[in-house]
Amino acid sequence: MHVIREDGSLDPTLDPGLSIDRVIGLYKAMVRTRVIDDRLEKLQRQGRIAFHVGSLGEEAAIIGSAAALREHDWIVPCYREVGALLWRGYPLQRYVDHMYGNADDPLRGRQMPDHTFSRAHRYLSVSAPIGTQIPHAVGVAMAARARGLDECVGVFFGDGATSSNDFHSAMNFAGVYQAPVVFLCRNNGYAISLRVEQQTAVQTMAEKAPAYGVPAVRVDGNDALAVWQAVGEGVRRASGGGGPTFIELMTYRLGGHSTSDDPRIYRTKDEVESWRKADPIDRLRKHIDRRDAWSDDLDEDWRAVCDAEVKECVRRAEEKPSPELRDMFTDVYAEQPWHLREQEAQCIEGPRARDDEEEP
Amino acid sequence: MTEMNLVQAINSGLRDAMLADESVLVMGEDVGRLGGVFRVTQGLRETFGADRVLDTPLSESGILGTAIGMALHGLRPVSEIQFADFIYPGVDQLLSEAAKYRYRTAGEFHVPMVVRTPYGGGIRGGQYHSQSPEALFIHTPGLKVVCPSNPYDAKGLLLEAIADEDPVLFFEPKRVYRAVKMDVPDDAYTVPLGKAKTVRSGEHVTCVAWGAMLFEAFSAAEQLAAEGIDVEVIDLRTLWPLDIDALVESVHKTGRLVVVHEAPRTCGFGSELVTLIVERAFLHLEAPPVRITGWDTPFPLTHEQEYLPLAHRIAPALRDTARY
Repeated sequence: MHVIREDGSLDPTLDPGLSIDRVIGLYKAMVRTRVIDDRLEKLQRQGRIAFHVGSLGEEAAIIGSAAALREHDWIVPCYREVGALLWRGYPLQRYVDHMYGNADDPLRGRQMPDHTFSRAHRYLSVSAPIGTQIPHAVGVAMAARARGLDECVGVFFGDGATSSNDFHSAMNFAGVYQAPVVFLCRNNGYAISLRVEQQTAVQTMAEKAPAYGVPAVRVDGNDALAVWQAVGEGVRRASGGGGPTFIELMTYRLGGHSTSDDPRIYRTKDEVESWRKADPIDRLRKHIDRRDAWSDDLDEDWRAVCDAEVKECVRRAEEKPSPELRDMFTDVYAEQPWHLREQEAQCIEGPRARDDEEEP
Repeated sequence: MTEMNLVQAINSGLRDAMLADESVLVMGEDVGRLGGVFRVTQGLRETFGADRVLDTPLSESGILGTAIGMALHGLRPVSEIQFADFIYPGVDQLLSEAAKYRYRTAGEFHVPMVVRTPYGGGIRGGQYHSQSPEALFIHTPGLKVVCPSNPYDAKGLLLEAIADEDPVLFFEPKRVYRAVKMDVPDDAYTVPLGKAKTVRSGEHVTCVAWGAMLFEAFSAAEQLAAEGIDVEVIDLRTLWPLDIDALVESVHKTGRLVVVHEAPRTCGFGSELVTLIVERAFLHLEAPPVRITGWDTPFPLTHEQEYLPLAHRIAPALRDTARY
């Protein structure tokens, strides 16, 4: 499914009918995410942050999906979707503080970078085992319905996750219970180094869904308006009691799996270059240009604003101290049991690996 | 008060919890129409409907993963895993997700869920209907592990577990399900988590057990009383977080410790209990602490009575320890 044609015009049968302001809002969010990604990648290369998992080339699939979900719907992330969280208004400073694991990191330095969450933004927490979040999405959706709330859940995962046992469990539960879930499968061609053709013997991810009684659609994931349209349909179906929808978002990971990856080992430059021509940001820009609503000057200004914003956040993040050592011992349980109280004291009063850490 | 066996007491606890709190729901394989393969959930579907007593597809990771999502949204799911031996496909959800959600969100999200599961041998269940995998969960920070031995404690601990804000593994000794009856209050009451119970006071040896083996420990203690050996028997009730004070206090008095559990010996919970006592009561010890446990083999069928740490193995260990 495509909405934006080669020449930037829209397929009138699928046009979601968005005002130009909303389209520009979407475009600006995609650009902002890319600028942030670019800056974070540089920081990692400079050794200033430990790790980053970016979304280069997948901005339409991620932010287009987030934009089509309603504000009170839940987002259950995989790990590459911080753009969706930022779309919902999550403060950039908080994200950058998390990337640094400093004292203002909402995770208090307990996870690697890019493991965000926010209850206020209805965005569940990122873990690292693949596929484990998919049944959570079904549970959240079932709970919302049980409590009489019109809330849907959009759950992100990659092509690789469709091989996980939790994918199977979750799809099956969603089908059986007709849970109000929109499955957002970002098929970006690779699970780290493994190509989709080696991940599964079927031609598409979408064809797995009917086996669970879940309707599926395959969408050009680099076409933000197609994503918006398809996810919107999924939300309407879920909200109307029609059960789950599986959406295969066809996209391409232009960057590495993470900053720890070297994609040159497993794919050619030509392949990557051919996908650059399908860049989702250029694609949407072409449509906006056709509506004569943006300019190169505005574009440059916006990129500069975004970069200045992230640089300022970085400057502040780097000035902040580490989380307190005692934060390592809290939130294991609602109340700290005796053995953790003891171990906290042993750690704080005992010898330190880092003598720069001062504790009260 | 009604005389109840363990199955009835747990059923009564579930019923009270569901009556008191609409956010409590029961889910698992065959728990609805059938009432569970052990009938622990019998009648709940008739009372509370199929939306609160969910017959789920046959998928432990689906049950536990979905329950986590429900708990994150604010429900209090009580999942049944049909046999503890079948929990492994869902263990990733418990260890990687339920156990860590509070920590990795600094308390912004938490997972108030209970996982009930029948465990243990002695019912001719062979290696896949007899296991005692509690140590796996005790080893994982973020989980609580409860194991009642009798109907009264079972109901009170279950209600406390359902009200708890953290994920709780609730191991039910299936060998005791219908073997013991006692008076249980019909109304809701709680037995606190993290508190052991001294079921027999004694001066000479401390014997720690839980679940089905509590009765074996008690029986061995009674045998030795005839020989003038006075055994203190402690029912842990909550395995983790442990009631360390009760244990240390008892060993301070007796100077001797025997730990009994069904699970294999190596890296079993007994190893941790012995270590804790050695660390905290070394100068009070009059004899080496002893573990009487299942052997380090898969759980057998024909020779299960020789595998289990029953009274015939506990009594000599208590005697030797007392006379050391």
